[in-house]
Amino acid sequence: MMADTAYEVIIGLEVHVQLQTQSKLFCRCSTRFGAPPNTQTCPVCIGLPGALPVMNEEAFRLALLTAVALECEIPSFTKWDRKNYYYPDLPKGYQISQFDLPMSCHGGLEISDAKGAFPDRRVRILRAHLEEDAGKSMHDEVAGKADSRIDLNRTGTPLLEIVTEPDMRSPQEAKGFLTELKLLLTYLGVSDCNMQEGSLRVDANVNLHVSTPGGVVATPIVEIKNMNSFRAVERALAYEAERQYQVWLETGRKKGDVPKQTRGWDDQAQVTRGQRHKEESSDYRYFPDPDLVPVRVTPAQIEEARQRLGELPAALRSRLQSDYGIDAYSADVLVNQGRLLVQYFEAVAQSTGDGKRASNWMQQDVMRSLNERSMVIGDFPVSAPALAELLSAVQRDEIDNTRAKDVFARMIDDRCSASDAMAALGIAKVDEAQTVELCREILRANPKAVADLKEGKQKAVGALIGQAKQRNANINPGRIKEIFLDLARSEQI
Amino acid sequence: MPLSSAEVEKVALLSRLLLGEEELRRMTAQLGDVVEYVRQLDELDTTAVEPMAHAAELSNVFAPDEVQPSLDRELALANAPKRDDECYRVPAVLGD
Ligand SMILES: [Zn+2]
Repeated sequence: MMADTAYEVIIGLEVHVQLQTQSKLFCRCSTRFGAPPNTQTCPVCIGLPGALPVMNEEAFRLALLTAVALECEIPSFTKWDRKNYYYPDLPKGYQISQFDLPMSCHGGLEISDAKGAFPDRRVRILRAHLEEDAGKSMHDEVAGKADSRIDLNRTGTPLLEIVTEPDMRSPQEAKGFLTELKLLLTYLGVSDCNMQEGSLRVDANVNLHVSTPGGVVATPIVEIKNMNSFRAVERALAYEAERQYQVWLETGRKKGDVPKQTRGWDDQAQVTRGQRHKEESSDYRYFPDPDLVPVRVTPAQIEEARQRLGELPAALRSRLQSDYGIDAYSADVLVNQGRLLVQYFEAVAQSTGDGKRASNWMQQDVMRSLNERSMVIGDFPVSAPALAELLSAVQRDEIDNTRAKDVFARMIDDRCSASDAMAALGIAKVDEAQTVELCREILRANPKAVADLKEGKQKAVGALIGQAKQRNANINPGRIKEIFLDLARSEQI
Repeated sequence: MPLSSAEVEKVALLSRLLLGEEELRRMTAQLGDVVEYVRQLDELDTTAVEPMAHAAELSNVFAPDEVQPSLDRELALANAPKRDDECYRVPAVLGD
């Protein structure tokens, strides 16, 4: 297709992440989500005269931790500025943000896709800065009243704004970046990244580099807002790229020909629509906030943050592969489930000494059970040692894999150990001598089958296994197949 | 004139102020005087002076992350020109 090769999509993202603090950024009102409107405000966050903001220490600590994890440079000096604009959900008439001296800049995040949907890439981080959130306006549809209702509970909640360089080249990459960023933030424990509750919000800047006979031409940059899920981001970007290409074909407009446009994603209609023209940066009349003093960060504080990072997703993925011999895809699946599930997996793998088996069981049985029950690993009724006990029984050929799945289901239902579940299902450990004796009996009763086996007709063994299973449901079919073949060949019947 | 009336008009717009022709003329002159007055500082040679971000020689003033009681909602909403039981009410916010 012409459209696929004629242009390259250039994407940069702006992500706002709500930091997981108890209180707001500059006052001690609660940040709890879902409280009745306007019950979590005070003179500071609703901008009453004479109120004085004081920086939340934990918010700065979480921001610093994130900046270090994103491999950012941390300047030794940072300050806060007022970004002035009028909007009903911004009671002070300005937002406290960071303008020319952000707390961190020039970092990066490596992204890759285990299935190869996009090439490995380092997405550069332009800056990450700490700022306060605005309130929420709700349009009142009731009785045709033309009012908006304003809830200021969210006003002053700490946000980290993370701005990337325009380094992504497809909607899939943008989604890949967001997925990796969310995973990183979750591992750091700095945010719950809940998009429904607004803890993670994404805006995208997108334009095209169109190949023309006269060289590559950049189309005007469009900012897209209102994307409420990663999937929406992916779809909005795909739509917008194609739309911009059509506009380019029709108008030939280049970057700089028109002011930067803002468009909103309409998830119902699956289209982007034009919004009001954005203020220019100078229109915000930034100036240093005289109510807040600057923050100085020492190399020791940065080093301390680095020590607190723990093992991050990228390092964990490669360690799981080398420590447990599992493939990249499996490591990716496990790590994406979060730190607790990885710890569970490692406990099972170490206890059984079989990483691949543990990994398969995690991906198939454990994760499926968690999904079916909408449960997290911390609440899972089967503990890691209990699963390890079951997998060890499989390893020792005491039960086969199919039967083990029955036992596993029973362990979940009864919240019991593997041995108790096996006992409840009437699965006793089968004695090897007894099994051999059983096989002898069956062979003696089936001389025709013995003759077939001697001639190398292995098909005959199927019926024999069936008979043996009827006599004892717990015997391992693989093991008795071997016994039948050995006995028939050795004629020790 | 240190400021043009177009500049003052733009600042007025950003401040959501509607100025009449006479007001605009007066404000352009008055704001121009203010700018002119402050501009005297340009006469100082500050090449060897390190820029300051704040008038106070303080930094790293933090408060611990501990929730304290918020305002009672009735008090918070008390001065609102228009309100209901839960929220401030403002003319419809459109197009966002
Ligand atoms: Zn407050």
